[in-house]
Amino acid sequence: MKKMLTAAVSRVLSGVTQKPASRVLVASCKYSNNATFEIKKCDLYRLEEGPPVTTVLTREDGLKYYKMMQTIRRMELKADQLYKQKFIRGFCHLCDGQEACCVGLEAGINPTDHVITSYRAHGLSYTRGLTVRSILAELTGRRAGCAKGKGGSMHMYAKNFYGGNGIVGAQGPLGAGVALACKYKGNNEVCLTLYGDGAANQGQISEAYNMAALWNLPCIFICENNRYGMGTSVDRAAASTDYYKRGNFIPGLRVDGMDILCVREATKFAADYCRSGKGPILMELLTYRYHGHSMSDPGISYRTREEIQSVRSKSDPIMLLKDKW
Amino acid sequence: MAVVAVLVRKPLEQVSGLLRRRFHRTAPAALQVTVREAINQGMDEELERDEKVFLLGEEVAQYDGAYKVSRGLWKKYGDKRIIDTPISEMGFAGIAVGAAMAGLRPICEFMTFNFSMQAIDQVINSAAKTYYMSGGLQSVPIVFRGPNGASAGVAAQHSQCFAAWYGHCPGLKVVSPWSSEDAKGLIKSAIRDNNPVVVLENELMYGVPFELPSEAQSKDFLIPIGKAKIERQGTHVTIVAHSRPVGHCLEAATVLSKEGIECEVINLRTIRPMDIETIEGSVMKTNHLVTVEGGWPQFGVGAEICARIMEGPAFNFLDAPAVRVTGADVPMPYAKILEDNSVPQLVEIIDSDMLLPTKRG
Repeated sequence: MKKMLTAAVSRVLSGVTQKPASRVLVASCKYSNNATFEIKKCDLYRLEEGPPVTTVLTREDGLKYYKMMQTIRRMELKADQLYKQKFIRGFCHLCDGQEACCVGLEAGINPTDHVITSYRAHGLSYTRGLTVRSILAELTGRRAGCAKGKGGSMHMYAKNFYGGNGIVGAQGPLGAGVALACKYKGNNEVCLTLYGDGAANQGQISEAYNMAALWNLPCIFICENNRYGMGTSVDRAAASTDYYKRGNFIPGLRVDGMDILCVREATKFAADYCRSGKGPILMELLTYRYHGHSMSDPGISYRTREEIQSVRSKSDPIMLLKDKW
Repeated sequence: MAVVAVLVRKPLEQVSGLLRRRFHRTAPAALQVTVREAINQGMDEELERDEKVFLLGEEVAQYDGAYKVSRGLWKKYGDKRIIDTPISEMGFAGIAVGAAMAGLRPICEFMTFNFSMQAIDQVINSAAKTYYMSGGLQSVPIVFRGPNGASAGVAAQHSQCFAAWYGHCPGLKVVSPWSSEDAKGLIKSAIRDNNPVVVLENELMYGVPFELPSEAQSKDFLIPIGKAKIERQGTHVTIVAHSRPVGHCLEAATVLSKEGIECEVINLRTIRPMDIETIEGSVMKTNHLVTVEGGWPQFGVGAEICARIMEGPAFNFLDAPAVRVTGADVPMPYAKILEDNSVPQLVEIIDSDMLLPTKRG
């Protein structure tokens, strides 16, 4: 059993790249150590100006982001396989397709900042410092798992990473509370509080917005809009699908969540905003998940295979980064 | 039954000898302190002791507390540490839990525990279960406190007892103080505990004065969570209660002792983890058990005590089945006569003891 798991993990870490469709981007790379790229302008709400529209990507960072995103992609696909082989039980929510979000967010903050998210947490668990081994061991219920096998897919914790939360929306107030602790201690740290398009309709998220704004908490609310809350599309769930405006009195920005540089710059912008004491800010990341809601959802009853294929071929986050050089 | 007919419901009065401090004496005199003052003192001392402790809830700051329990704290500690929240239980309970996860030590007040139902997901799923689910990585050193159970004339939605609901959950500690000494010692222990602790106070007890013994006046006075107290020694029947009913049990014991029945009254103090050993020891001595609680009978505190006694060594010492005296199995009515008959009454406690075949003499 241990040998099989080790073999599985090593396969994850040395994967074969997909052959993407080619795409032309503005770039000025020769054989230099960095390049400047133009990125999409974000839609703004209650903000005079937004993140920059150009950014520099160093060779070192480019390779780091690429490796991290590939690792997450492979890890999630391996988790899919392990689940079908019944090594992983219960719930398993995969984030392949959303890699630019996890890696981009981490690139925009410091390790001393804080992150909390929903149950679709494997990617962020990795970017926050857990090893692939401890994540897969946790998923397969082993003692070597990050929570000693007692938590499972939805309850992985690390330093400055508060899970992995199973109850939809509960992480909203929790994240605002972590931000309150940051402000209380006066340590100039911020808390990224992630939730999905489905959770955005939870009342407690509005309660969190209210108190974060009232008390000027350094909380970056991040709505990972992957267009579907389980099997319900955003149009069927929300009277307003402009999630970046749903904070009402909280300024917001809508970001292309498939472009890692967009996510990184928006996160830096949002973190600076919070650190300057202006209070909370809201980011909506437009992204997509290739898998269904969880492993028990094939993900094709409420969306077409063509839609999934179209996103994969035109906006795959790993492909978009690879095409930059 | 003349004794029973003569009974009138009286507020509990504990009168002790010295009421005034005298100078040039070696031991400090016992002070009369209300339960409200005791909780206030306990919180004040812990706020002073540890910078990370703070209080949040509705009306706790500028209003001095809905029941004036946090009187004076905002004036002393300011906006940073005594925080008024909007009416958003789920939101502010979650914020308190998040702050605890990030290293602070919040005291989250629910105006009454009835409102905690709106936030119960944060108490159970975010606070109680986290230490276990994280494999011991993430602790949540939070205190949830507030008045629990029946008050006077506040009707069904404001009178529920949550001892059984919270006592059900692994990962939570649940305490239920009766006297001022209990209140002060338990709130201090709860704040210093690294686990989530639910402190079930009682609104009708807030104004009741008790003699606070000298050791309870120390700033490091703590009552261990998980230990019951035998308030009165006896030989014929064990009566176990928590919170306000403890006082009624002591009154009943006084009445019964005139009939020659000596009751041993146990003040549970902690609902979870329950000190079943103290109850077992007592039952093995008296051979009879009565449990008294304000909550509903089904799946209540008394039901748990009876089940555990049955499972343990004390079962063989019972001379009669245990009896539960509980609140009536109805949503709390409003009219006084109905309300009075929906909470455990002195007569019921006395009757249940007298109906048990006991050793007289």
